Amino acid sequence: MDFLQKLGHKTLSRFASIGRATQMLLGALLNVPNLRQGAPLLIKQLYMVGHQSLLIIMVSGLFIGMVLALQGYTVLVGYGAEDSLGPLVALSLLRELGPVVTALLFAGRAGSALTAEIGLMKATEQLSSLEMMAVDPLKRVVAPRFWAGFISMPLLALIFSAVAIIGAHLVGVDWLGVDSGSFWSIMQSQVSLQQDIMNGLIKSFVFALIVTWIALYKGYDCIPTSEGISKATTETVVHSSLAVLGFDFVLTAVMFSS
Amino acid sequence: MNTRKIEILVGLFVALGVAAFVMLAMKVANAGISGNGETYRLEAKFDNIGSLKTRAPIKVGGVVIGRVDGIQIHPEEFVPVVSMSIDKTYECQFSDTTSVSILTSGILGEQYLGISPVIASESAKQTCLGNEVSAQDEVDLDDLFGVESLALKDGDAITDTKSALVLEELIGQFLFNQSSE
Amino acid sequence: MSQSIVEVKDVTFSRGDRVIYKNMSFSVPRGKITAIMGPSGIGKTTMLRLIGGQLRPDSGDITFMGSSVPAMSRSELYQARKQMSMLFQSGALFTDMSVFDNVAFPLREHTQLSEDLIRLIVLMKLQAVGLRGARSLMPAELSGGMARRAALARAIALDPELIMYDEPFAGQDPISMGVLVRMIKSLNEVLGLSSLIVTHDVTEVLSIADHVVIIAEQGVIGSGSPEQMLAHSSPLVQQFLQGLSDGPVPFHYKAAPYEQELLDGGV
Repeated sequence: MDFLQKLGHKTLSRFASIGRATQMLLGALLNVPNLRQGAPLLIKQLYMVGHQSLLIIMVSGLFIGMVLALQGYTVLVGYGAEDSLGPLVALSLLRELGPVVTALLFAGRAGSALTAEIGLMKATEQLSSLEMMAVDPLKRVVAPRFWAGFISMPLLALIFSAVAIIGAHLVGVDWLGVDSGSFWSIMQSQVSLQQDIMNGLIKSFVFALIVTWIALYKGYDCIPTSEGISKATTETVVHSSLAVLGFDFVLTAVMFSS
Repeated sequence: MNTRKIEILVGLFVALGVAAFVMLAMKVANAGISGNGETYRLEAKFDNIGSLKTRAPIKVGGVVIGRVDGIQIHPEEFVPVVSMSIDKTYECQFSDTTSVSILTSGILGEQYLGISPVIASESAKQTCLGNEVSAQDEVDLDDLFGVESLALKDGDAITDTKSALVLEELIGQFLFNQSSE
Repeated sequence: MSQSIVEVKDVTFSRGDRVIYKNMSFSVPRGKITAIMGPSGIGKTTMLRLIGGQLRPDSGDITFMGSSVPAMSRSELYQARKQMSMLFQSGALFTDMSVFDNVAFPLREHTQLSEDLIRLIVLMKLQAVGLRGARSLMPAELSGGMARRAALARAIALDPELIMYDEPFAGQDPISMGVLVRMIKSLNEVLGLSSLIVTHDVTEVLSIADHVVIIAEQGVIGSGSPEQMLAHSSPLVQQFLQGLSDGPVPFHYKAAPYEQELLDGGV
């Protein structure tokens, strides 16, 4: 009986929190801010969320590209197919690693920061005080951060893939001696703009939505104490990483299985 | 921090993202045939398509001019029918005596369709494009054989097809011939 | 126009299973300083949130300038909030803006004034709280008292009808406490607004309040002028005002008899 009650309670509170999260997102998105006030806020958040994540994304991308080239080369050279290093690296990056790793890094770098920032604003009564000044915090605080995350992450994923391919070129061509011409030309013949790049981009838009939404909701709904904020920050990283990996499987199944 | 600096840095960020996209699109992917322009469709029946896949390239002398659009089984004859989408600029250029074969790039490579084009006669092109053909033009080389050739347009079928070479069948034939000698 | 700016009628409010108020009624007279006092944890801040419309009572009604707060639509509520402002316990300054921008914030949000005019108003408000020289500092660089004064400047930026102070004296040294007390008093007189102070600092607030409401045990246990309160017959009021450690509000948290527990052993 106790178990059933607990299960019921958990289910209900989970549904309630999904409901609150949806309410928050709709509240933020439906209140279209006017351009005069909205644009500077968005630019500031693009800086905080996007530009500040640039370094970690580029460095990780470079290393992942280099490692992929190294690992791929040792396997491919056994079949005399080291010329296929280009498509191997490009396809795995564009379809999977680019969007997914970017989303995971983004959740750790920007998502946790968003949660902590909004949680802190809640704990220090800044959100309440906005409300009492007749300014909707969803519109003023949540909406610009959401759009910044939604715009930044696909851009970051593109940068990640591009840098990683350069890293793979560095290792594969300049170090291991794969022919530069066949590296690029076989890559070009195998990778398609719509099938691979666009689908990867769609993936990262979906991930951007998920990660930013979770991060904002966790901050907005946290218990306004230092304990609550630290818990919410951890939850942001854990939940959004799991959600990204889960959705990645679903999206891959839909996009690439045929 | 002042607004101007932030704006410049955000601008840099967005520019980098766009640059990455352009690099991926231009340098990594084949933006070529599939994205731009219009295409027209042709069909061809084969006995065996081997491991031909949808989206496989269609080449004339090694140059990609289109992609395989779909592969179905003919409802009555139970042979594979391949539909091809080919760049619009080549519509009404090939004669219906053109042949198409399934080829393999390299030993382990992907299979693709190779078209050996027969260039359509001027009158056939004009008919195909819907223009009236004047009486003088009617005397054409094709007619000397008493056969009237047509140019291929949207929805037509190529009849002269060569199926894929399946390695196992080849080896089987080779062994059969050896033993019969 | 009625005599009171805020009217609380028969309000019941509970959080989960815990009843915080039961059939509570009081009113806040216009143009005066009203103090709501009571022991900690009695839900005084909750009262302010109810008046501000951030929470809704389970039953009963709260009116602000004659219109019912719980019955307001979202946009009406936002209109009403432009006429009231609240000074939060921590000040709640926006940490990513300078003092100047904090004070200018409500003006930029709600008015179409030019930057020159906004600058003028902000400097006037900052002069009133004595922080004109600190306008370019960030909130993190301010002391607690200064932060509260800056927040006060922000609260009066739009010239509201009502200011609600949530524990304005908590954690202040005697000097800044004195400054705040004097400032609340003078703002009330000069700007002709109504003030509602929630606090448990008895001596400071009794020196400036015109009207006192004491809350305990889910309702109002006494209200009137400071003099009436000091002469109040209720032992609970007397205990609170004089700060006696034992009385109707017991010193000991509810427990089994002392001797019995010592002798029983165990946990």
